[in-house]
Amino acid sequence: MGTYIVRRLLQAIPMLLLVSIVLFALVNIAPGGPMSAYSRTNRMPEEKKEAIRRSFGLDKPLPVQYIVWLAGNDWMKIDEDGDGDLDGYGTRRGILRGDFGFSYKNREPVLDQIADRLPNTVYLMFFTLLFTGIVAIPIGITSAIKQYSGFDITATTLSFMGQAIPEFWLGLLLILFFYAILNNPLTGESLLPSGGMFTLGEEFSFWDSIWDRVRHLILPVTMGLVGWVAWYSRFLRSSMLEVINQDYIRTARAKGQIERKVLYKHALKNALIPLVTMFALDFPYIFTGSLYVELLFSWPGMGRLFYTAATGRDYPILLAILIIGAGIVVISNLLADIAYAYLDPRVRYS
Amino acid sequence: MNSNEKTLNIIGEVSRPPETMGTLAWKRFRRHPGAMVGSILLILLILAAVFANLSPYDPEVSDIKNRYQAPSLEHPFGTDGLGRDLLTRTLYGGRVSMLVGLMVVSITLSIGVPVGSIAGYYGGWIDNVLMRIIDATLSIPSLMFLILLSAILRETDLPFVKGNSVMTIAVVLGALSWPTVARLVRAVFLTVREMEYVKAAQALGASAPRIVLKEILPNGFGPIIVESTLGVGYAIMEESGLSFLGFGIMPPTPSWGNMLNNAQEHLITYPWLAIFPGLMIFLTIISVNYIGDGLRDALDPYKVLGKVE
Repeated sequence: MGTYIVRRLLQAIPMLLLVSIVLFALVNIAPGGPMSAYSRTNRMPEEKKEAIRRSFGLDKPLPVQYIVWLAGNDWMKIDEDGDGDLDGYGTRRGILRGDFGFSYKNREPVLDQIADRLPNTVYLMFFTLLFTGIVAIPIGITSAIKQYSGFDITATTLSFMGQAIPEFWLGLLLILFFYAILNNPLTGESLLPSGGMFTLGEEFSFWDSIWDRVRHLILPVTMGLVGWVAWYSRFLRSSMLEVINQDYIRTARAKGQIERKVLYKHALKNALIPLVTMFALDFPYIFTGSLYVELLFSWPGMGRLFYTAATGRDYPILLAILIIGAGIVVISNLLADIAYAYLDPRVRYS
Repeated sequence: MNSNEKTLNIIGEVSRPPETMGTLAWKRFRRHPGAMVGSILLILLILAAVFANLSPYDPEVSDIKNRYQAPSLEHPFGTDGLGRDLLTRTLYGGRVSMLVGLMVVSITLSIGVPVGSIAGYYGGWIDNVLMRIIDATLSIPSLMFLILLSAILRETDLPFVKGNSVMTIAVVLGALSWPTVARLVRAVFLTVREMEYVKAAQALGASAPRIVLKEILPNGFGPIIVESTLGVGYAIMEESGLSFLGFGIMPPTPSWGNMLNNAQEHLITYPWLAIFPGLMIFLTIISVNYIGDGLRDALDPYKVLGKVE
């Protein structure tokens, strides 16, 4: 097992390097390259642009720029003021040492902006994933146990609908119904807020502020979980059906185990194992968040950070989110495989 | 039933004209209610998009006097902020979305099938390199990667991929969707490659292209067809999403996604702007998914052969 993990980690390194090369190359073949953010907003004279290019090191060949981005430039002399002469050693430490540079837009360190937004995304995604599990697991189990029953047919149809409904359209419908159409009969105000994490500029008592936050969570969480519930419940249904027909389930029944224990102790435990892989694919959303949800509900998280950076061509932010995201995907896949081997002895010993 | 009768039965079964996989699959497909309803719905949606030009209105010319008309007999879906008939725009939007769907699947197949075949047939270091490239592509958060690609490609004028064209969006989506098909094809090759009939073909001196195309690849037709069908749905969903975010098809060309983008600001005052385009995306994708599900059952060789016994 130890050697397996080491081997997988070693495999991940060239892969992430490849990802970083591809992303870096893409950003630099963009017309105007990373400079387009500047040339667009103000009509600078050519010499001034040239000076900025030099001060950012953009006059160097691409491979050199890539190495600087990756490993920093504190080991080489740079032309800091862009006048054509080398001034002193650079200050960038490179992404390998956790320096993702500065946002083009407001010149703040990229990592500070991410640190600012990440907690909001984690907060939203935690509840979305939690409620996905709470809703999807019972549906999946019941569907499988009562295969072809009315419940199963309804759940399967709903899950087809959940997979087909565009997330952004669902969000619009939710806002339309729960904000615009339905009102709270006691106060006459909208039943649920249409955006934000909490009501701004109002002082609440402790419990009221929690209730206020819950009200702001309901719609975004619902919007995010519908598609997931559809996938997970269907996946668990088929995984459960496969397990129920195994010999060891028949054995458990034959030796007189009561049905409830057969289902929940023998079958469910094994049926949940394949879900680990699926969960590993979705886990990275904890970091990237859902773009559509965050945009529609003005949620100040990672998805919206990425979106504003993309519209403003703030390449350092885009690169940072994409590459950290890729790293998290790789790690969560690795963790899933380890968990799988731990949970399923057949994988471990073959 | 005694054994004599059984033999007779088997002979009777065999003496019937043999059924091809195709007819057997069609029989099974017809019995899948979701797939049949989905097929009919999809045919209607396609016909509506194809005959969109029969509408008396123009999808792109504005008519300022008739802005934001609620749905009526004259304008069944209402009109938008420039007074354009929404039904007409929705139908033309369907053309764009379905075209993108088909283009993406063609790109996916023309990259995914060769890459998967080469990786699966030759194995070794070629396989290793190709698989690492695929892993790398799949590890980048996909919607965000699509946005970056689209933001970059839209500014670039490459041959065939000019600026904001429909082709650009198809290329962006295709660039990220081929790895799934490549993996699928590779898996087929890995299971079939070592089978004896393939060894026999090799022993008879068949060339590598012949073995790949004639002996191994046909085993993958079922899963490839299913994946391509579902792929049309994914592509339409992704195109709408990108257009909704402003990184896809650009107005005035209507697409279901960019119509929803417009609808967002006026959601509460003019809700019909948001309801119809989204409903079309939903109906298209649900019918494609049901068809895919039906095909999966119909083309599963074990199930098809199971019916013959």
